[in-house]
Amino acid sequence: MAAANQDTIIPLSLLPNDSWGEIVAVEIMGPVKRRLLDLGLVPGTKIQFAFSSPLGDPRAYRVRGTLLALRANEAQSIMVRRSEQ
Amino acid sequence: MNNLKHPIVALSGNPNTGKSTVFNALTGLNQHTGNWPGKTVTLAAGTFAWQNTTFTVVDLPGTYSLFANSPDEEVARDFILFELPDVTVVVVDATCLERNLNLVLQVLEITPKTVVCVNLMDEAQRQGLVVDTDKLATELGVPAIPCVARSGKGLAALKKAIFNVATGRIATSPRPIRYDPNIEIALAVLTKELSPLAPLLSPRWLALRLLEQDESILQHFLPEDKTSTSSLVMQHPSTTKKVAPWFS
Ligand SMILES: Nc1nc2c(ncn2[C@@H]2O[C@H](COP(=O)(O)OP(=O)(O)OP(=O)(O)O)[C@@H](O)[C@H]2O)c(=O)[nH]1
Ligand SMILES: [Mg+2]
Repeated sequence: MAAANQDTIIPLSLLPNDSWGEIVAVEIMGPVKRRLLDLGLVPGTKIQFAFSSPLGDPRAYRVRGTLLALRANEAQSIMVRRSEQ
Repeated sequence: MNNLKHPIVALSGNPNTGKSTVFNALTGLNQHTGNWPGKTVTLAAGTFAWQNTTFTVVDLPGTYSLFANSPDEEVARDFILFELPDVTVVVVDATCLERNLNLVLQVLEITPKTVVCVNLMDEAQRQGLVVDTDKLATELGVPAIPCVARSGKGLAALKKAIFNVATGRIATSPRPIRYDPNIEIALAVLTKELSPLAPLLSPRWLALRLLEQDESILQHFLPEDKTSTSSLVMQHPSTTKKVAPWFS
């Protein structure tokens, strides 16, 4: 993937391996959104794509000092801006 | 309120923060387990004594939240809400406080009678993290006790803090979480209406859940025919149930 512009907003699912993003929005409704917020995925939070499971879904992300597994459909609904750690 | 002759302590916390280790260190062999009515979640209860007072401790399921997203979360939340524990201990992982504090704030919205057990202090030290528990206690408005549950470190201080909060020797004062002005306006109206109806619950917490239309909490208050909310206080489970059935 080409180096994305720092201001480009992309779904978390498209964040390249090892790179960091800053959450700008969680575009999902209902209990799933509630759960993602409870896990600390609120706007402004830094998140890193850490590694992938063999089939690419789920993937592990580093956030607030812990690792978190997210399904592809969850990662697609979380919008991030590319950032430094 | 539970009679202080039989104070109840709820142990809550995120998964894998050492709740059961704290529970074992507090209660030793004085334990038994039982099922929470209607839910396939097993709870362990045990006792410890401090200053001639015997405390019953209940080890709740580990949760990231109290929003009833799962049976575990519902059991943990309902216990804290309806069993009216004299003290709720939130066990947090000193190595990832940021994530753990979400649950602490949720508990503090329900009850000020809270003690934070900052566990895994040895692990934090190993990672080069310095956790200022005094500052944390000041910011939160409740005691924050550094512990290494696996080696029993800090457990005496934890028992003392539980005793002091249960008996009112320490007056806790959590800082209320402020929401957007429009939400605060709605809360002010609702809180005034709810105060006399549910005297045992935080009216602010209840108002927040009503604004969210939280079905899982409304169920507890609606009368059988579900046509009126006028009998809120009559339906509050704690007015009929003093102590959980597994406690004898
Ligand atoms: N280093 C260290 N390890 C601890 C400490 N307290 C608990 N542990 C370890 O952390 C792991 C999890 O402890 P548990 O007591 O099972 O945690 P829990 O919160 O009850 O876990 P769940 O009930 O699954 O949510 C165990 O391997 C404990 O031995 C501590 O203070 N320091
Ligand atoms: Mg446990």
